[in-house]
Amino acid sequence: MTAHEPTSRLFKENVKAAMADPNLQKAMKNAGEGFVGKRRAAAGGVPEFDQIRDAARDLKNHVLGHLDLYLARYEEKVTAAGGHVHWAETAEDMRRIVLDICRSVDAKTVNKGKTMISEEAGINGWLEENGIRPVETDLGEYIIQLRGEAPSHIIAPAIHVTSDEVEALFRERHTHLPADRNLSELSSMLSEARTILRQKYFEAEVGITGANMLIAETGQSIIVTNEGNGDLSQSLPKVHIVLASLEKIVPTMEDAATVLRVLARSATGQDMSVYTTLSSGPRRAEDPDGPEQYHVILLDNGRTEMVGTEFQEMLRCIRCGACMNHCPVYQAVGGHAYGWVYPGPMGAVLTPSLIGVEEGGMLPNASTFCGRCEAVCPMRIPLPKMMRHWREREFERNLSPKAARYGLKFWAAFAERPALYRLATRAAIFALGLMGRKRGRFAKLPLAGGWTAQRDFPAPEGGTFMAAWARAQKVKGAR
Amino acid sequence: MSRKPRVALFVTCLVDMFRPSVGFASVALLTEAGCEVEVPPTQTCCGQPAYNSGDRETAKRLARSVIAAFEGYDYVVGPSGSCMGTLVKDYPAMFEGEPAWAARARALAAKSHEITSFLVDVMGFTPTDMKFAGSVTYHDSCSGLRGLGVQAQPRKLLGAVEGLALKEMKDADVCCGFGGTFCVKYPDISAKMAGDKTANIAATGAGTILAGDLGCLMNMAGKLSREGRPVKARHVVEVLAGMADGPAIGEARE
Repeated sequence: MTAHEPTSRLFKENVKAAMADPNLQKAMKNAGEGFVGKRRAAAGGVPEFDQIRDAARDLKNHVLGHLDLYLARYEEKVTAAGGHVHWAETAEDMRRIVLDICRSVDAKTVNKGKTMISEEAGINGWLEENGIRPVETDLGEYIIQLRGEAPSHIIAPAIHVTSDEVEALFRERHTHLPADRNLSELSSMLSEARTILRQKYFEAEVGITGANMLIAETGQSIIVTNEGNGDLSQSLPKVHIVLASLEKIVPTMEDAATVLRVLARSATGQDMSVYTTLSSGPRRAEDPDGPEQYHVILLDNGRTEMVGTEFQEMLRCIRCGACMNHCPVYQAVGGHAYGWVYPGPMGAVLTPSLIGVEEGGMLPNASTFCGRCEAVCPMRIPLPKMMRHWREREFERNLSPKAARYGLKFWAAFAERPALYRLATRAAIFALGLMGRKRGRFAKLPLAGGWTAQRDFPAPEGGTFMAAWARAQKVKGAR
Repeated sequence: MSRKPRVALFVTCLVDMFRPSVGFASVALLTEAGCEVEVPPTQTCCGQPAYNSGDRETAKRLARSVIAAFEGYDYVVGPSGSCMGTLVKDYPAMFEGEPAWAARARALAAKSHEITSFLVDVMGFTPTDMKFAGSVTYHDSCSGLRGLGVQAQPRKLLGAVEGLALKEMKDADVCCGFGGTFCVKYPDISAKMAGDKTANIAATGAGTILAGDLGCLMNMAGKLSREGRPVKARHVVEVLAGMADGPAIGEARE
């Protein structure tokens, strides 16, 4: 398998499985609330937080209008520092470039910091197919790698796993350690993983990291982590490869600081992540350490096609995860149900953009448009609006479900003819009102099985307001 | 104002069909607040179901007829943050690129209001001599809250009701799972969200759940009764107009 095959079109089945999974439900319940409270406190601690959001939004809008300019500047700077910039139009291109670099140094093991672009390009599976062992060094990524899974959250990849499951997993896989060791505390599991990963840092020939931002002015890339694993992944091996998508570019260091001020606060509720690491290229003569080779691979994979469309604003996304942390749908089903790399509201917009609306069209439909994602998005991305745009594209192309289309048409035929609408609603409500008079609610109702499976359907009071109002006016007029 | 403002009541489909008493409570409140209330007879639906289903053309046809029916009044007021959000937020966006209609849509949007925010922000109204014996909790419906900034206004009005104790629930601002067509397309997720909401409602110990949108209320009432929780559900205007003595949403009438 070179990449996780999308299952987004099976969203409904995925949802069923997710809702029936007690471990997932338990894990989501434990995790969800922490993020919301921490983000609220962190944002509230900065009086000008909303102004910084505006500045970050404007900054990214400017960049998206001048991508070519800033990317060219960035490439110049990286090259001048002795690094290499590679352009990957597709995920396949990225896989090929990564493999070529690994082969050039005869790599057997590759250490990896957390990178979603690697997930998008299917790097791990590809390396394994080619006899190279990828080792995830982020604790969450390490856990899901052991489980053979993809991340279910863009910043907390193992959020769907309970601590009991992690303990069982470590006991099953770390067989060289004493069976009677105490793993009841999170800290004991963390230190066990840390000890094992420490040894691996020295074995790898290549280190791969992502990038939270690329700075055109200086040619540097930035990653933020809380475990410090990114630093070790990139500074110990001979070769450092940065995987990034094009839109991660910002003009200056000061611009990067603007984004950093909203990033961690929105993501984990920290003022700053524990580590903010800048990579500037290969080791220079006077440096005490650092990689011999420095490569940056820039992935397009459909992004430049989004520029100039109604989905351009999605390219402002800085991958903080606030939208999914605040999304009641994501919290109910977890990230795997979305069926590809990016879950939650940002995934619901991005997935159809990157792999097509035929595959990903279910996702933008799975929203109540409650607007909580947009309310917390540090980059002020109008996520519900863009989900609606996808529904429009589906509708135009006749991709939305037939039952829904016909139902809508039927209803619209009445709603557009007030006199007919009055008659039809009166008749329907009269019948429904009569049927529901005794109990006041329906435990079962034709055509509403989805609703009544798990809740009652309140019966109408009987009679429409419009009819009652017209009667009342007549009486008033007659007096 | 020398004369009473002429207010057109946007009844909303759900109030028209399922709970006319909310319409009458709205008229009573607006009248009490000093408005001349009229009910434009050609109104049907704001078009939101079509708009949110991606059927922009149908939504625009319905929007045009709403604009034509309501633009002659001083204000347009409705007992729903969701439907009024469509008039205020979506209509102007729908007609981008059609200057004449966009201007009419913006003009309508500027004078359209959800009822509790209209009463407080525009009319400066406070209920007098209103009584309600019991404790209530209030659910903030999404469109009203995040689209129109309706949060303090209903609470301010409820604060003036004698005998009423407001017990805030956890996550009052989180979606109840109704979501219009969402509850039909994804009933399992919708029911799960409704269950989280009813658990929070029950935890307050309040005897009544109030909200400003009938869709959310029917969803919450349906879940509460299925779970056998003895909590009544009512639209906030029923309490504010002193019309909360009839059967609550989903209660028997015989």
